[in-house]
Amino acid sequence: MTCGSVRFGGFRTACRDERDYYLERIYPAFGNLVPRDIASRAAKNVCDEGRGVGPGGQGVYLDFAEAIQRMGRKAVEAKYGNLFDMYQRITDEDPYTVPMRIYPAVHYTMGGLWVDYDLQTTIPGLFAIGEANFSDHGANRLGASALMQGLADGYFVLPSTINDYLARNPHTDTVDAAHPAVAEAVAETEDRINLLLSVDGDRTPDSFHREIGELMWEYCGMARTDDGLRKALARIPEIREEFWRRIKVPGTGEQFNQSLEKANRIVDYLELAELMCLDALHRAESCGGHFREESQTPDGEAERRDEEFSYAAAWEFTATGGAPVLHKEDLVFEYVHPTQRSYA
Amino acid sequence: MKLTLRVWRQQNPETPGAMATYEVDNISADMSFLEMLDTLNEELTLAGDEPVAFDHDCREGICGACSLVINGDAHGPERTTTCQLHMRSFADGDTIDIEPWRASAFPVIKDLVVDRSSFDRIIQSGGYISAPTGTAPDAHATPVPKPDADFAFEHAECIGCGACVAACPNGSAMLFTSAKVNHLNVLPQGAPERETRVLDMVAQMDEEGFGGCTLTGECATACPKGIPLPSIAAMNKEWLRATRKVRR
Ligand code: SF4
Ligand code: FES
Repeated sequence: MTCGSVRFGGFRTACRDERDYYLERIYPAFGNLVPRDIASRAAKNVCDEGRGVGPGGQGVYLDFAEAIQRMGRKAVEAKYGNLFDMYQRITDEDPYTVPMRIYPAVHYTMGGLWVDYDLQTTIPGLFAIGEANFSDHGANRLGASALMQGLADGYFVLPSTINDYLARNPHTDTVDAAHPAVAEAVAETEDRINLLLSVDGDRTPDSFHREIGELMWEYCGMARTDDGLRKALARIPEIREEFWRRIKVPGTGEQFNQSLEKANRIVDYLELAELMCLDALHRAESCGGHFREESQTPDGEAERRDEEFSYAAAWEFTATGGAPVLHKEDLVFEYVHPTQRSYA
Repeated sequence: MKLTLRVWRQQNPETPGAMATYEVDNISADMSFLEMLDTLNEELTLAGDEPVAFDHDCREGICGACSLVINGDAHGPERTTTCQLHMRSFADGDTIDIEPWRASAFPVIKDLVVDRSSFDRIIQSGGYISAPTGTAPDAHATPVPKPDADFAFEHAECIGCGACVAACPNGSAMLFTSAKVNHLNVLPQGAPERETRVLDMVAQMDEEGFGGCTLTGECATACPKGIPLPSIAAMNKEWLRATRKVRR
């Protein structure tokens, strides 16, 4: 469920073996109130060990029994009724009487397009705000604050920065369709679309989407290793090669075509997945949502290596499948300095 | 589960459409309705046919993108969005009819996808507040009484799906427009445009070709977010008040 409810406490997280309340066991001081990266990793671990619950074993229990007993059903209902209703609708199980089954899922990635303080990208006039840029959150994001980024950028920052760009009246001339850059972009897009339509292979866009998703979840997800990331980096070019050999996109490029749209997004996904793995591999420290198994304290906490990695990594695109160029932007802390987090 | 689907297929806005029949097998009762359609589409794609086009985005019941008339009901038999409808609401061997929203203000783009930009234009005509930006005001600078906050929130729940229009025999967008107007008009932040908002949004709604309201009430029965029928009366009251106040 959402981080909001997971912060609320009173519930207990358990896996299959005789209600092993594993968070309480591993983090006795914080128990079920550990941060969500730890809670999520622990949930995946117990499922990977084959101790998950439900069909497919991809789940752990979120047990509200004690909270309901302590606060009363009314209070729980007032706070989380909406969430519980949603859960019941999806699973057909009553979370007031049967423990919820949960499993972590990716719904946000830290990082995004590089922007300057005005939120302008490296393309003049192209501004990126909200989740699309890298600016507001660091290596981790606080719970329920993805909206904050959209609101802060859209409501406070952009209204005071875009006017400077517009005031310079940058668009006195419209670009001619015959401009070489336009012709090049159009030709490149048309070629790609025609190629996608002409392969006529035997695999659907969704099947590739799933395959890359699973690969990323396994090797570039909540816990990463040098070995796993290298495996993913070796696998992605193979998937790309297979994609262009076996993709099947029905229909034409002349009208609304959702398969074509998906296939195009997968071309992008391959590029982004490769970059994420590369970035995760080069950052041989643990930091926020990026947990490198090689870099952890004896009690399993993320171990930072600020002397080496206290910078934002901005990667410059060169070519598909080509090596991007790393630009390091130093992180300078004046008042509050990063320290080792400890929940043990 | 094994099901027979009768699905509206339409190449583009110009070509007339028709129902086409498909069989799907091995459908789990825990699948959502859209996952069931995904299954059909994977099969169609592999067979070299064009998959059925349908709108979806969040699949969590919060974005309003999904939009199917299922067995004659907007969003199907349960009171929820299509993405939150599960196959356990159907029985093995059922025949299910799947159609797009039908309203002249929502032209079909392809198959089950309709163009709902008319809703966007209604929002653009008044569904906003103009506020000076600058330093963020303190959180308690603008007090809002709890009943007003609750009323605003109830209406803010509208996700703009358009089921109200699809369910209405007149193709009216009164429930949607009233949700948007009431949400902002009750709040102090919405006060500066209180009158122009309701007048402009209702005018835009008429211009888009939505039908008139005869208080049939089908909209409020179909609405997945429970926007109540009296919202329309509340908007009418706002509109009357505004016509008396604003001289144009
Ligand atoms: S009022 Fe209800 S049915 Fe109509 S658009 Fe809003 S959420 Fe959908
Ligand atoms: S897909 Fe977002 S509400 Fe159904």
